[in-house]
Amino acid sequence: MDLSFEWIIKIIETNWPMFLRGAGVTLLIALIGTIFGALIGLLAGIIRTIPIPERGAKKGFLKFINIILSVYIEFFRGTPMIVQAMVIYYGSAAAFGWQMNPIIAGVVIVAINTGAYMAEIVRGGIISVDTGQYEAAQAIGMNHVQTMTHVVMPQVIRNILPATGNQFIINIKDTAVLSVISVTELFFQTKTVAGNNFRYFEAFFIVCIIYFILTYAVTLILRYFERKLDGPDNYIVVGNQAQIEAGEHKGIGQ
Amino acid sequence: METVIDIQRLSKSFGNHEVLKDIHFSVNKGEVVCIIGSSGSGKSTLLRCVNLLEKPSGGKIIYHGENILDDKHDIHAYRRRLGMVFQQFNLFNNHNVLGNCVIGQMKVLKRSKEEAEKVALKYLKVVGMDRFVNAKPRQLSGGQKQRVAIARALSMEPDVLLFDEPTSALDPEMVGEVLKVMKELAETGLTMLIVTHEMEFAKEVSDRVVFMDKGVIAEEGSPDQIFNHPTGERTREFLKRTLRAI
Repeated sequence: MDLSFEWIIKIIETNWPMFLRGAGVTLLIALIGTIFGALIGLLAGIIRTIPIPERGAKKGFLKFINIILSVYIEFFRGTPMIVQAMVIYYGSAAAFGWQMNPIIAGVVIVAINTGAYMAEIVRGGIISVDTGQYEAAQAIGMNHVQTMTHVVMPQVIRNILPATGNQFIINIKDTAVLSVISVTELFFQTKTVAGNNFRYFEAFFIVCIIYFILTYAVTLILRYFERKLDGPDNYIVVGNQAQIEAGEHKGIGQ
Repeated sequence: METVIDIQRLSKSFGNHEVLKDIHFSVNKGEVVCIIGSSGSGKSTLLRCVNLLEKPSGGKIIYHGENILDDKHDIHAYRRRLGMVFQQFNLFNNHNVLGNCVIGQMKVLKRSKEEAEKVALKYLKVVGMDRFVNAKPRQLSGGQKQRVAIARALSMEPDVLLFDEPTSALDPEMVGEVLKVMKELAETGLTMLIVTHEMEFAKEVSDRVVFMDKGVIAEEGSPDQIFNHPTGERTREFLKRTLRAI
């Protein structure tokens, strides 16, 4: 009986390009899927928080859009992604004769799925901004668009950042289910490697570490961004106006 | 005397609850008007109606000869001429002190960044917060926040500055610093409309005091008249209650 440890080294030595490619595809799908998902969620969340006017054509239209969004959100939150992948990939082939590139199909599935979750996260983020913030912006003479772009949305984005990061990490792990539609991501590559050597434990132990490195690196990067957004914990009390101006040129006030 | 805002027959209802009834009242240029009254008398609602944070149910608000409640009137253009200081400060959480005073000037008044910063620093100095330009709202005390909020409103160089119970959310030891700034502003000839529970302040600073009760203006007059020789029964009762509390 060989030692597992030696097998691990051997598998890495001979198969590292496959692991690397798999990790690359996983990160690519998770990243693009999360970005598009966040955009879908942002749009859906904003639409769902527009106050519905009391009457007029706008009311009917907005209500209609809201129903569609609700159906979308509930449906994609309520079914497993692995099933969605099968339905979309094979469904599009059967119904429209599309032979989708598996990676593109993967991105689409992750984006739609993430969008459904993000829509609710964004809605929560918008609701959690104090009405005083809107009122102060309105009182200063800002219109609705200015209020949203300069006051509300920056706070919403800060509010939803941790949840978005969380979604990104979930996506890195959940892309594994895309192996059912032959996306050559990390899990799919590992299955191939394991099958070639008949060394299942070792191959999956390696990939376990790789997944963890990916998710932990993302966690650290996101924390860094959050801190950067929040600015320093302490502020600098400036002595006089000349110093303020000098300070700005050195970029103190950021 | 030039009238800045003239309110005629203003009314406001929330559902079937009538909060303001047939309000007639005006603010003249350079005047400091304090609105006093017990909680629920409608004084904050009146102030919020003046800058349309609440939509009045009826009546007119005449500003420079025009009724701003006409549908065609540009609400945003009117609001930028009015400053507002809130009970809860409402500083923009995503901006630092300087940013709070600059953003409105740049986006609404279309001033350049340099000009906006110059104006902001001028007014931050007036309220004694110019040394804190880099601080975020969450790093400031209540009194400091409110002083920045005043500087933010002043930076827009409004015709009138509205105060909605500016010291009610402050710890007692911070009330003084805010009232001091307001007193100094009053002396510069700024037009101010103040809803307040600070009777001593109202007595000392205002040119005119408005006493509201149950959605109507019950009595109106000089501070001496209202505080020392009130004619209305309800005014007397209110003052007895509040002054004893002090």
